[in-house]
Amino acid sequence: MLEIKNLHASVEDKKILKGINLEVKPGEVHAIMGPNGSGKSTLASVIAGKEEFEIKKGSVSLEGEDLEELAPEERAHKGIFLSFQYPVEIPGVTVTNFMKTAINESRKARGLEDMPANQMLKLIREKSELLEIDRKFLSRSLNEGFSGGEKKRNEIFQMAMMEPKLAILDETDSGLDIDALRIVANGVNKLRGKDNAIIVITHYQRLLEYIVPDFVHVLHDGKIVKSGSKELALELEEKGYDWIKQETVV
Amino acid sequence: MTTRKKMDLKDKLLSSFIAFENNVDLDHPVHEVRSEAIKNFETKGFPSKKEEAWKYTSLNNLQKVDFSIFPKQEAALDYKEIKKYFLHEIDTYKIVFIDGVYSSYLSETTHDGVDVCLLSAALTKPQYKQIIDVYFNKVASKDESLTTLNTAFSREGAYIYIPKNKAPRKPVQIIHFATGNEAALMLQPRNLIIVEENAEVQVIERHQSLTTNEVFTNSVTEIFAGKDAHVDYYKMQNDAKTASLIDNTYIAQKDKSVVRVHTFSFGGKLTRNNLNFYQNGERIDSTLKGVTILGEKQHVDHHTLVHHAQPNCESHQDYKGIFGEKSTGVFNGKIIVDQIAQKTNAFQQNNNILLSDKATINTKPQLEIFADDVKCSHGCTIGQLDEDALFYLQSRGIPKKEATALLMYAFANNVLESVRIPELKTRINKIIANTLGVRVGFDL
Ligand SMILES: Nc1ncnc2c1ncn2[C@@H]1O[C@H](COP(=O)(O)OP(=O)(O)O)[C@@H](O)[C@H]1O
Ligand SMILES: [Mg+2]
Repeated sequence: MLEIKNLHASVEDKKILKGINLEVKPGEVHAIMGPNGSGKSTLASVIAGKEEFEIKKGSVSLEGEDLEELAPEERAHKGIFLSFQYPVEIPGVTVTNFMKTAINESRKARGLEDMPANQMLKLIREKSELLEIDRKFLSRSLNEGFSGGEKKRNEIFQMAMMEPKLAILDETDSGLDIDALRIVANGVNKLRGKDNAIIVITHYQRLLEYIVPDFVHVLHDGKIVKSGSKELALELEEKGYDWIKQETVV
Repeated sequence: MTTRKKMDLKDKLLSSFIAFENNVDLDHPVHEVRSEAIKNFETKGFPSKKEEAWKYTSLNNLQKVDFSIFPKQEAALDYKEIKKYFLHEIDTYKIVFIDGVYSSYLSETTHDGVDVCLLSAALTKPQYKQIIDVYFNKVASKDESLTTLNTAFSREGAYIYIPKNKAPRKPVQIIHFATGNEAALMLQPRNLIIVEENAEVQVIERHQSLTTNEVFTNSVTEIFAGKDAHVDYYKMQNDAKTASLIDNTYIAQKDKSVVRVHTFSFGGKLTRNNLNFYQNGERIDSTLKGVTILGEKQHVDHHTLVHHAQPNCESHQDYKGIFGEKSTGVFNGKIIVDQIAQKTNAFQQNNNILLSDKATINTKPQLEIFADDVKCSHGCTIGQLDEDALFYLQSRGIPKKEATALLMYAFANNVLESVRIPELKTRINKIIANTLGVRVGFDL
């Protein structure tokens, strides 16, 4: 589904990604771990199409199609969803209106009519119940004054609404208490299926107990320095990242 | 046929004053006020760009137009054709003028416990004399030239009098239509609004030209809010592109009164708002909010003044502007806090987005604070849209153009929270959405 080949990316001439190779097949869950500043969010942003980051070398493709020339919205229409590490506050646009606009714009891009209002309401109700989100919450301005945990839960609510092919969750677990973590993980697992794939970016093994990955990769200084099965996450939790860093130096 | 040398507008106004005097009661005390006022205007003339307060707004082009000062013929309008300019979704009192002349047919006034009627009646009928003596021209400037020009010609406009503990059953709409019967028309409406102790009123004011003929309105509104009074005043400035407006509004507030003025500027050629609040009591709340969205070569200049003259009062100013093409904006927010006005809370915010290289905004806070125990915050920003916010919306499948429009909509729309007539809020929301090209496929 997603194929990343020898990806080099920079921002303002600062090299951040330095040759990433990754293949994600339908039905798989990949975890990406790694110390702060190693380039995890950058990788997520490059896949989602943030213009600030420039691809210097290599390629990113989805279902065989090179993504480089596609605008972020076109990638979204093809089924890519990024749950932001730092969701942006948008005063003046309610969660509901935002979702209605997002869904209908995506439908328009696929040549579909606007979703009928009652169907939209039903969908919103169903997904907000899944994420245990209060109705009142939906008429608040998007992310404005939300707690860290509320923002993350709201990201997954949006994911549930959009039903993407490829979901990238960037540190979705940070700011969540254990109950919220369970709810969010449950929401994510509902999306899992043979046609979908998920990339989970996290610092901690905790989330991976709920969203069990098929593969774990360690990103360090813009490169994937180690890949393995879910046991790798446990090992990292126990030993920290230093041994990986040392190993790569050697 | 005789040919005359074209007079400039000031001379024309001065000579028109003599004609004007033939039609008003020269023995009425108000006429003394008018005579003083015309003298001031004669001395001062129109403000020029040399004056600091008019640095960015030029009236030169307006002064070259040969405006009719009094319409020669009366015009009638069919309600069906102009219905859309009314907030017709709700029941309201209406004071409607066509080319400056009162239209009883389109209006709905009342004397049922409150007076919602005409200033011409209040200025001439004996039963209003006492109130006129106390209030007329008491807060309006006797010095500012355009205000005195209006005072000199003051004869017609809206008169609203809400006695103690009263509130009209419904909001009041004041609408001025210009029909284009005159090639170019100058209008000088004068409004007097008195809201006594613990009384309240909601007013919507609109100036609407119906043709492409030039219109120049120089309006003065005086508002008196008594103790505990509540006044909500909404100015809809969405006029034709050949209409210019100078709006001079003066507000005097007593203890614990709340006055909120919202100014929505989307249309017109040149608009200047001189909005002045005078706080003459304690625990007063004054709110000044505005949304300005312009394109082409439109120009809107907001000059606000809040004078805190007593302790423990608040003022809240929030103006948002979006400027496209070659449009120009000005925001000048003056706050005066007198030495005795301790514990004043004065907030002022002016945020602007420029959509084109050729659009400009000049924004300036002007703080004169003589008390030491005050909270005074002000901020102005001029910027483009937030790239991170744009990426966030795009990553959810909203195309860049729509995302841009939605962000601007959100930026402007934030000011509407304090609009207390829901139908008006919806209407303005729609105008904003249309102006910005946002699909409003959702409920507002
Ligand atoms: N917009 C940017 N401008 C400059 N440097 C950036 C920008 N975004 C990220 N970086 C830098 O790139 C590196 C990787 O950042 P990031 O991808 O956020 O790491 P992670 O998510 O793994 O913590 C860091 O050194 C960070 O400072
Ligand atoms: Mg990160």
